[in-house]
Amino acid sequence: MENKKMPALEMRNITKKFGDFVANDNLNLIVQKGEVHALLGENGAGKTTLMNILYGLYTPTSGDIFLNGVRTNILNPKIAIENKIGMVHQHFMLVKNFTVTENIILGKEKKNKLGKLLLRKSKKDIVALSKKYGLLVNPDDKIEDITVGMQQRVEILKALYRGADILILDEPTAVLTPQEIKELGIIVKNLTAEKKSIIFISHKLKEITQFADRCTIIRRGKLIDTLNVTDVTEHELASKMVGREVNFKIEKKKANPQKPILKIENLVVKNNMGLVAVNKLSLEVKAGEILGIAGIDGNGQSEFVEAITGLRKAESGKFSISEVDLTNKTPREIFLNKVAHIPEDRQKFGLVMDFSVKENFILQTHSYAEFSDKGFLKNKNVEDFANKLVAKFDVRPTNINKKARDLSGGNQQKVIIAREVTHDPQLLIAVQPTRGLDVGAIEFVHKSLIKQRDEGKAVLLVSLELDEVMNIADRIAVIFEGEIVGIVDAKKADINQLGLMMSGGKL
Amino acid sequence: MKKNKVIKFFTESNKAFTLISILLGFIIGGLILWFSGFNPFTAYAVIFKGIFSKPSYISYTIIRSTPLILTGLSVAFAFRTGLFNIGAEGQYIVGSAAAALAGYYIQLPAVLLIPLVILIAIISSGIWGAIAGLLKSKYGIHEVISTIMLNWIALYLQNYITKIKGFAKPNSEASKFIQDAANITFFDNWKHSDKGMAWLNNHHFAKEILRTPANFGIIIAILCALLVWIILNKTTLGYKLRAVGFNKEAARYAGINIEKYMIISMFISGSLAGLAGALHVMGVSHNITNLSAMEGYGFDGIAVALIGSNAAFGTIWSGFLFGALKYGGTKIQPFMGAPSEIISIMIGTIVFFISMPNIIKISLNKILLKNKKRGEDVK
Repeated sequence: MENKKMPALEMRNITKKFGDFVANDNLNLIVQKGEVHALLGENGAGKTTLMNILYGLYTPTSGDIFLNGVRTNILNPKIAIENKIGMVHQHFMLVKNFTVTENIILGKEKKNKLGKLLLRKSKKDIVALSKKYGLLVNPDDKIEDITVGMQQRVEILKALYRGADILILDEPTAVLTPQEIKELGIIVKNLTAEKKSIIFISHKLKEITQFADRCTIIRRGKLIDTLNVTDVTEHELASKMVGREVNFKIEKKKANPQKPILKIENLVVKNNMGLVAVNKLSLEVKAGEILGIAGIDGNGQSEFVEAITGLRKAESGKFSISEVDLTNKTPREIFLNKVAHIPEDRQKFGLVMDFSVKENFILQTHSYAEFSDKGFLKNKNVEDFANKLVAKFDVRPTNINKKARDLSGGNQQKVIIAREVTHDPQLLIAVQPTRGLDVGAIEFVHKSLIKQRDEGKAVLLVSLELDEVMNIADRIAVIFEGEIVGIVDAKKADINQLGLMMSGGKL
Repeated sequence: MKKNKVIKFFTESNKAFTLISILLGFIIGGLILWFSGFNPFTAYAVIFKGIFSKPSYISYTIIRSTPLILTGLSVAFAFRTGLFNIGAEGQYIVGSAAAALAGYYIQLPAVLLIPLVILIAIISSGIWGAIAGLLKSKYGIHEVISTIMLNWIALYLQNYITKIKGFAKPNSEASKFIQDAANITFFDNWKHSDKGMAWLNNHHFAKEILRTPANFGIIIAILCALLVWIILNKTTLGYKLRAVGFNKEAARYAGINIEKYMIISMFISGSLAGLAGALHVMGVSHNITNLSAMEGYGFDGIAVALIGSNAAFGTIWSGFLFGALKYGGTKIQPFMGAPSEIISIMIGTIVFFISMPNIIKISLNKILLKNKKRGEDVK
């Protein structure tokens, strides 16, 4: 063993205040060369703030940053890049109609004396770089034509092209399929083999135990602990992150399925490119059960849900709710037949972000006699209703006049769930209901779904997280290329068997 | 500490921020005057006097502001529902042409004729606006493109109308005047009668006011602002329109027919701009003329809406500011030979700073930070 190594990065006593709000309170972070260091914390714990300080997007209120032992003032991202720090944001910063090469060299173009862009030379460099780290990309593809996973590779290459030694990955797996996550794991290994340090921001415990060597846990801006990942269990990490015991295993009673509510027969739906995305799909969801749909992203789940919520036209086949045919009816008619929907993209479909919480609560029901009279809103009733829901579903902050935009992801989801289940639905469709949520909020969402089931509602859960489907659902239907390839009892389900079905293997 | 609170107020409050932008507009306008060899203080004094020193000046300022408030409301209403109505100009023209035609041809007593003329103008200009909404919802044609084209169609439509036999005034480029029953100028007949003139000669203030085409328009414009505020904030219609404006996808998902409400929004927006034209015809010009170019009330409405933060009452104030500057600005040319275009530069500057809020916010935040550090050092 060498002597005590100089850490690649040390952030010492970092405090960042926004007005009276302390986002980072005296935080310390030490990252060694060649290690994967996870930064774990709930949404709003201060992970991203800390990284934005490191990347020069914010200046800390107090505290110092040392790079390879040298105190460095990182006033802006340019200085960060000069000091070999690279950041891959959760939402990619790429020019959609530029090629991979053009995106990577943007801002650091190679030119000859006359100022001519040396694209061919740059392309060679990029190919060499991508081979070195196993980050295979086609340098001539346009960004808009490649998958999200590929785009992430481009972002990583962009940072490496600028010579990054410390790479910040902000929630890198949030947008990836299980396969892509595996591939990312290999890339991360290749990078650390070359003595690059990686800071891995996440709130997914499983990934932290998979990817990281060490882990720093932040809660409400305060440092909780830094520990070796091999020394702890996922459960311990979770308790430290949330600050209390967390139930991983959801307690639920045996399902008591009744008559079928949702009946789908030979449904065919096309995607935006006019190709068949849902292929003669037939399915039944009964009252009092949760049917989970498991599958890899892009196997027709979105089109399927859009069709049964009235957002997309079905080509053929039909579906009904309690014997009422609702094929190709408007979202309004489907809503009026007591179908509630927790949409996949809550900010795009579920909420009007610039509306207040109370306004969001009445999105579908504002014209009801309860909330309006001769075209005028009954503000008092709306406020009473909103206050009741905020209290019942523990939405924070409790101010019903706050804009949805100002709420955390978990609380935004609470607003949607509160609104949807209050309509007393026959069928609740939940799509990726825990995407981007932290442990505490996930627990809440899961409990709410099970509560709906226990109240005798039919629940359709569509999720890309296999663990979620296996924990919550009573029956699991596996979707592959728009077809249901098999339905299994959740209690008897085996993850390998499901994985095989999800990738098209037959039983 | 007090200073910080002041700065905080300015960085966080929308109104204060607008005031700063206006102040910057005055400062930069003043600098330009100074560079061109004019004393900016004299120029502003002339403008100020030109607006407030006589009752007739104030009256003219109000008359100038009336159409701007309404076209500002028109643009602001569309903005609030997610649409960019550049067509207020064309809707203004359609409103004035419809009012001129109805006010000339329809024979009814004033009590009935005035509301009817206004109604006809509102409906025609509303339909003119709704065409753009329809094109957008049915064929996805962007309203900016379609409304610009509709502006020119409206202009040539009016020029055609002014040439209709019987309606055109012989040997002129204008139409015939509307009937007295459709006239909303205060005491228009009486003040030109011998009796009226005799009375006015003894009552100086009233004479000053009635020298101008002072009319009911401003009252209607302010009522419209109130109406817009009520529609947007208190009704389910406004709720739906705002939902569509903020997030079409969520509105569609919630079962709101977004195509329908896009058309309704453009109808209301168009009718507000058309009302501006109608009130101008009924209260000021009493006829329409052959247009060689756009008059600009509709385009100015975009700046008025922007300065008024797209809020109903904000638009009243910014309409007055705009009208006052436009009217007062004409005075510096005859008085001191300074170009009255300086007003356009000032308005441009104000719009410039309002469109880039972060410039002011960032610089103020820096001051705030410095003060804070200084405060900590003292401790």
